[in-house]
Amino acid sequence: MNEFLFIVVPYVCLTTFVVGHVWRYRYDKFGWTTRSSQLYESRLLRIGSPLFHFGMLGVVGGHVIGLLVPQSWTNAVGISEHTYHVVAVAGGLLAGVAALVGMVILIYRRRTVGPVFSATTRMDKVMYAFLAIVITLGMWNTIAGSIMTIGGEYNYREGVSVWYRSFLAFQPDASLMAQAPLGFQLHALFAFGLFALWPFTRLVHVFSAPVGYLTRPYIVYRTRDEQLGSHRPRRGWDRISP
Amino acid sequence: MRVMAQMAMVMNLDKCIGCHTCSVTCKQAWTNRTGTEYIWFNNVETRPGLGYPRTYEDQEKWKGGWELNKRGRLVLKGGGRFKKLFTIFSNPKLPSIGEYYEPWTYDYSTLTDAPAQEHTPVARPKSLISGKDMKIEWSANWDDDLGGSTATAHRDPMLKKIADKVKFEFEQTFMFYLPRICEHCLNPSCAASCPSGAIYKRVEDGIVLVDQDKCRGWRMCVSGCPYKKIYFNHKTGKAEKCTFCFPRIEVGLPTVCSETCVGRLRYIGLMLYDADKVLAAAATEDDHGLYEAQREVFLDPFDPDVMREAEKAGIARDWIEAAQRSPIYALINTYKVALPLHPEYRTMPMVWYIPPLSPVVDVVQETGEDAEDKGNLFAAIDALRIPIEYLAELFTAGDVGPVDAVLKKLAAMRCYMRDINMGRDPNGAIPAAVGMSEEEMYDMYRLLAIAKYDERYVIPAAHAEQAHSLEELATECSVSAYGGGQQDLFGEGSGAPTPIAVENFQMLQERQTADTLASPADKDKRVNLLNWDGKGSPAGLFPPKKTDS
Repeated sequence: MNEFLFIVVPYVCLTTFVVGHVWRYRYDKFGWTTRSSQLYESRLLRIGSPLFHFGMLGVVGGHVIGLLVPQSWTNAVGISEHTYHVVAVAGGLLAGVAALVGMVILIYRRRTVGPVFSATTRMDKVMYAFLAIVITLGMWNTIAGSIMTIGGEYNYREGVSVWYRSFLAFQPDASLMAQAPLGFQLHALFAFGLFALWPFTRLVHVFSAPVGYLTRPYIVYRTRDEQLGSHRPRRGWDRISP
Repeated sequence: MRVMAQMAMVMNLDKCIGCHTCSVTCKQAWTNRTGTEYIWFNNVETRPGLGYPRTYEDQEKWKGGWELNKRGRLVLKGGGRFKKLFTIFSNPKLPSIGEYYEPWTYDYSTLTDAPAQEHTPVARPKSLISGKDMKIEWSANWDDDLGGSTATAHRDPMLKKIADKVKFEFEQTFMFYLPRICEHCLNPSCAASCPSGAIYKRVEDGIVLVDQDKCRGWRMCVSGCPYKKIYFNHKTGKAEKCTFCFPRIEVGLPTVCSETCVGRLRYIGLMLYDADKVLAAAATEDDHGLYEAQREVFLDPFDPDVMREAEKAGIARDWIEAAQRSPIYALINTYKVALPLHPEYRTMPMVWYIPPLSPVVDVVQETGEDAEDKGNLFAAIDALRIPIEYLAELFTAGDVGPVDAVLKKLAAMRCYMRDINMGRDPNGAIPAAVGMSEEEMYDMYRLLAIAKYDERYVIPAAHAEQAHSLEELATECSVSAYGGGQQDLFGEGSGAPTPIAVENFQMLQERQTADTLASPADKDKRVNLLNWDGKGSPAGLFPPKKTDS
């Protein structure tokens, strides 16, 4: 059972995530958008959206550090277990609360503002449910596990993080995850569920974060020649440049 | 010198009767889809008025276009790259749907479904956004013909600038129409604002387009465009804009709005310009200098140096000739009667306007004086400061000099031509008073008053040698070969998009109405009659002969 939950399911989800994105990018570039609803309502969005997104950036950054950087590395540079713990919990709490409050505002907005609600697809609703569960469980793990230490102290950097790295290295060790508290197990499982849904939802916009804007020239020029009409020239029929 | 060609338009506002035919035909052609209900690539505004979206010209509020920073450098008024990315999660300067208007339809079925009753049933307006009953309170031209303007016109940002002198009273008012499309600027701030780099300017003809596959719906272009001519399709989540009807332009046809213009007030043609000079011109320090600066950017297509450089830059000979015959060049640079719309936004707009003389003529006529007399008209132009200053706010960043000069030319043309039409001797002093020769004045009259279709629209088709492929007649290879055979690999609809051509519509229709799921078994043997030149009888033209009967 543990092998199924913490090896098979994650790999299936991860595969769906990767293959799904490739498929979506190839076949549905037109649908690749944030599907903004700001035109309908902007007062609540003005508060909720930046709160949620900046919070999420912090949360993702925290996960990258917590999951991918081994404890031995931070020990080696002289960061004590206690210091790391305090910084991680404080940062995680701040980012997590911002994301959670932002999400509550956004979901409230989506439900109560008529035009926004009628522009919500079924996929959006499923995605929101998963997202809410994952974020809530994550906050629970931070507060109950790390601050209130309900159910005993648990150092995820010796359990979940090691499992996650073994998982990425294709040598998964399910037993590490099986020993983790239920909150962590559920958080991981729902997160993988969210990854599996990811390519089929509006979440794809994460991968078009426009960092290239910082370096490209302001005005983009493009020639019509590369594509005559609506189809590309076939291989071997390229036009001769003058 | 880096020569580039730009497809441009000039509109003669004196001829606009405000019939909205351009808007309606444009909407039928381009934005009659869900998600674009509120979008008008072409709209006609009554001025003075709030415009569409409301008060879009108030750049202190909307922060569109460019401005000079303290060091005199050209920067986006809405903030640079970092600010754009920082505010990407909630665009602070996006007009709400209310600023445009909430689109609606009517509950027509009530009219036929209602049971017998004492009162006539009413089709109520239903919002196309929320689907609920709504009260119609604004639309794309709510203040058409100054309707309700006594209540709203004081909010016109251009009128505000000269407000201390204006009493908006019906007896003293003036009015004209302003049709607007995308300006296809030389220095487009929408493209500069786009984080995804989806908005591009075509090298060949300067048309500004949105790549629908690259747009990610960040909406920064809507804020960046000071003319608010980029719209957010709320169903697809992508930005859309006027395309200058590029599929028509490519084959040498004018845009839909021009083609259907009742007053025949639109002119389309090429302008050659020096791309290296654009940024320097846009960074001209004095707002009043921007009109002249932009004229300096344009190149004289008759200059041998320019022609040589243009050919080096890959501009075909027929395009250079089209630039020489361009009515746009004549109106902007030869006669100098066309002015840019809001040059102070520093985007170097390329849809220019001939300001209307009619507000002046109307006033003279009302006084009972001769409205075609040069003395009366010139005196009126000097005296009627409010309409003139208003026009100057629109076309020259408030500098009345160029507007004065244009209106006097138009007035002089009226007087000069009256003598000719009345069979009197033409008075050479009239053109001379505005610095023109008699011949020039007559030519200008011809261009403004009686230019025929091929004089108003000088549009070189995309290259003749490419035309075949452009039209996608699909005679150089069989239709099934499009998509490189991938269709067999991943199933129908995979691979490159099917080209838009008559055959494909027919094939699609055939397939959709066929009894079999796939295409008919003998499709290889069929002949496409649309491509048959009538000579001989290709295999498959007739059913196979039954040889073994």
